Amino acid sequence: MSLSIPAPLEAELDELVTRYPQKRSASLMFLHTLQEHFGYVSPEAVEWTAAKLGLAPINVFELVTFYPMFRQEPLGKTHIKVCRTLSCALAGASDLRKHFCEKLGLDAKAHVPQTTPDGNFTVEFVECLAACGSAPVVLVNDTLCEKVDASKADSILAEGKSGGAQLRAAGTLSK
Amino acid sequence: MSATVTAENKPAPPPVERIKVKVDGREIEVPKTTPDWQGKPQATTMLQACAHAGVDVPHYCYHHKLPVAGNCRMCLVEFGTPVMDPATKKPALNEDGSPKIARSVLPYEPGTPRGAIACATPISPGMELYPGSPATAQMREAVLESLLINHPLDCTICDQAGECKLQEYSVEHGQAASRFVETKVHKPKAVDLGPRIVLDDERCILCTRCIRFTKDIVNDDALGIINRGSYNTIAAAPGRQFDNNYTLNTVDLCPVGALTSKDFRFKMRVWFLKETKSVCPGCATGCNIIIGSRENVIQRLEPRENDAVNGPWMCDSGRLDYKWVGASNRLKEVLVGGKPSTWQTALSEIGSRLVTAAPGSVAIVGSARLSTEELFLLKQLARKFDAITDVVEHLGEADRLLVHAEKAPNYSGARITGLAYTEAGINLPRIRAGIETGSIKSLVVVGEDLVAAGFSSDLLGRLSLLVVSDIVPTPTTSIAHYVLPGCAYAEKRGTFINAKGRVQKFMKAVEPPGTARPEWEFLHELVHQVTGGNGYSTIEGLFNLLARELAPLAGLEWSRLGDTGVTVTL
Repeated sequence: MSLSIPAPLEAELDELVTRYPQKRSASLMFLHTLQEHFGYVSPEAVEWTAAKLGLAPINVFELVTFYPMFRQEPLGKTHIKVCRTLSCALAGASDLRKHFCEKLGLDAKAHVPQTTPDGNFTVEFVECLAACGSAPVVLVNDTLCEKVDASKADSILAEGKSGGAQLRAAGTLSK
Repeated sequence: MSATVTAENKPAPPPVERIKVKVDGREIEVPKTTPDWQGKPQATTMLQACAHAGVDVPHYCYHHKLPVAGNCRMCLVEFGTPVMDPATKKPALNEDGSPKIARSVLPYEPGTPRGAIACATPISPGMELYPGSPATAQMREAVLESLLINHPLDCTICDQAGECKLQEYSVEHGQAASRFVETKVHKPKAVDLGPRIVLDDERCILCTRCIRFTKDIVNDDALGIINRGSYNTIAAAPGRQFDNNYTLNTVDLCPVGALTSKDFRFKMRVWFLKETKSVCPGCATGCNIIIGSRENVIQRLEPRENDAVNGPWMCDSGRLDYKWVGASNRLKEVLVGGKPSTWQTALSEIGSRLVTAAPGSVAIVGSARLSTEELFLLKQLARKFDAITDVVEHLGEADRLLVHAEKAPNYSGARITGLAYTEAGINLPRIRAGIETGSIKSLVVVGEDLVAAGFSSDLLGRLSLLVVSDIVPTPTTSIAHYVLPGCAYAEKRGTFINAKGRVQKFMKAVEPPGTARPEWEFLHELVHQVTGGNGYSTIEGLFNLLARELAPLAGLEWSRLGDTGVTVTL
């Protein structure tokens, strides 16, 4: 598979390079931008970034594997990030993630992000989402959901199955 | 050509300022600067100062020919620095008049000694190093324990066993038992890193020697560390191979059993290998090597450090080009008229036929794969018969590191002895023409296949005498009147002179097959027979003789060549 970069995207990336004293300093911004566009960082995106910034592919691949926010595979349409840092852990984050996994038929014991075969959901543990007062919290795509119990979890899944259109609009989920 | 003999081509560096430090209480004077991996002077480090004092500081990531990384922490050494009196700005003294030393301690816990990594910490005047102190021992033990946490401890089946720094330092500095009861992190095993390298990530201690080597020495930024924390893993980029002509040096560099050679993997426990100092015959660079053999079979080649030639490296193609030595098709017996015969019969017949040859009707073609001694003997034969001589040119690609375009080890020897002229191979057309016109009737060929070099079998068939020595059958040996089985470089002693004029000796690792003999032995007999002159029947005597006769080698003796050779002006 070859990577097709639309002209406006390439212009955006070229502009990024000008912000740094060295080309290679733009690596992370490149990866964020490419992931935003393609949904994940493919091996082709790694090669393309390396060539563009005058690096060896391994230099870029090191970054992609170091930072957990970079994805090497496409994510589900609804991306459920369950916080597991202290407050959420005490408030039952582990059970919450297990609940998501079991409902979606995913392996709750695996430590890496799990995606359903139909590509609709991805469930993973993340570190602190900075909402400790309303633990346990979950970030669904870009929407923060607080004090998530089993029933809220089920409605997140229902929303996801229905296309997630109301997820952002429904203020109920964020409280 | 000049008769100057120098140990090095470079002029002697200017004297370096020396400073005094103490190593375990013993005062020594060491140079203030020491050449770094690129040869540039840098502040002498604690590790180098300890080496001056004859004290080994254990280390994994440090390598004298690579940039300093300082990541393995194995070289931690406790130290102290002289106390300065803030009022007088002079060294503070103890009551007995000795300088007051402040031992390094943790800033937040002044009772606890703190070490510094000896590989990257410069020394300063009056500094005291304590590589033998209990605190240093404790640091080493702790670092080793940490490095071994996720190590599989599979020494029983590990290729590195016997030459593994983890094993060696564990014996010297480690604990007898493991305290680790948790589950080990498992990492990829038997990773196919490239066409010649297999990686066991669980054995890796992440010293990054391989990464630095391929990036900074080879200029191929192919390896890196991926993932995070205890999942850190050496890898190549996805879909990419670790495939340059120097990859196998990472196997030598790897202080543990992580990087292994596909060629040598699981072949042999290294302690069974007999090690012989030799010189790679692959090209005119003449990299110094160690031949590892067992029971008369070569098992591996490794580079032998020589800063005047190859540093500590060698190319993969040279390293893997040894299997022909023990090949089953080697010539094993003397053939006279295609029938098995003896050395005595063949040499006396060849001698008497050459002696009766008309002046100028003899030609001799040698090979730049032969030793200087053998080329010298061929030249003596040529002189006796007024023969036209040459060697065959083998050219190929060169690179910026070690690989030379001339694909034989001794073109300089061929030129110095006069067997070849400034350009190898320029006499071959004349020899060919001489055979065509019938002016050349006898031809002696040693170590080359003339059919491959453009002499047709029909043409060679016109000769009344064709003597061919080689180590494997070739189209030329198949039509020779006399076939003399010779030796590979690993089966004899001698010298090669590399493209830069380095005269280097190579030693015998294995026995030749059948009745094959070193070329210099039978050539010496032949020269003795046809000239009647007395020569030397030892390689030492032969070398000393040719060194007296050949101006560029004047003043040289076999015993002066040492293990790493001497550079002469070509």
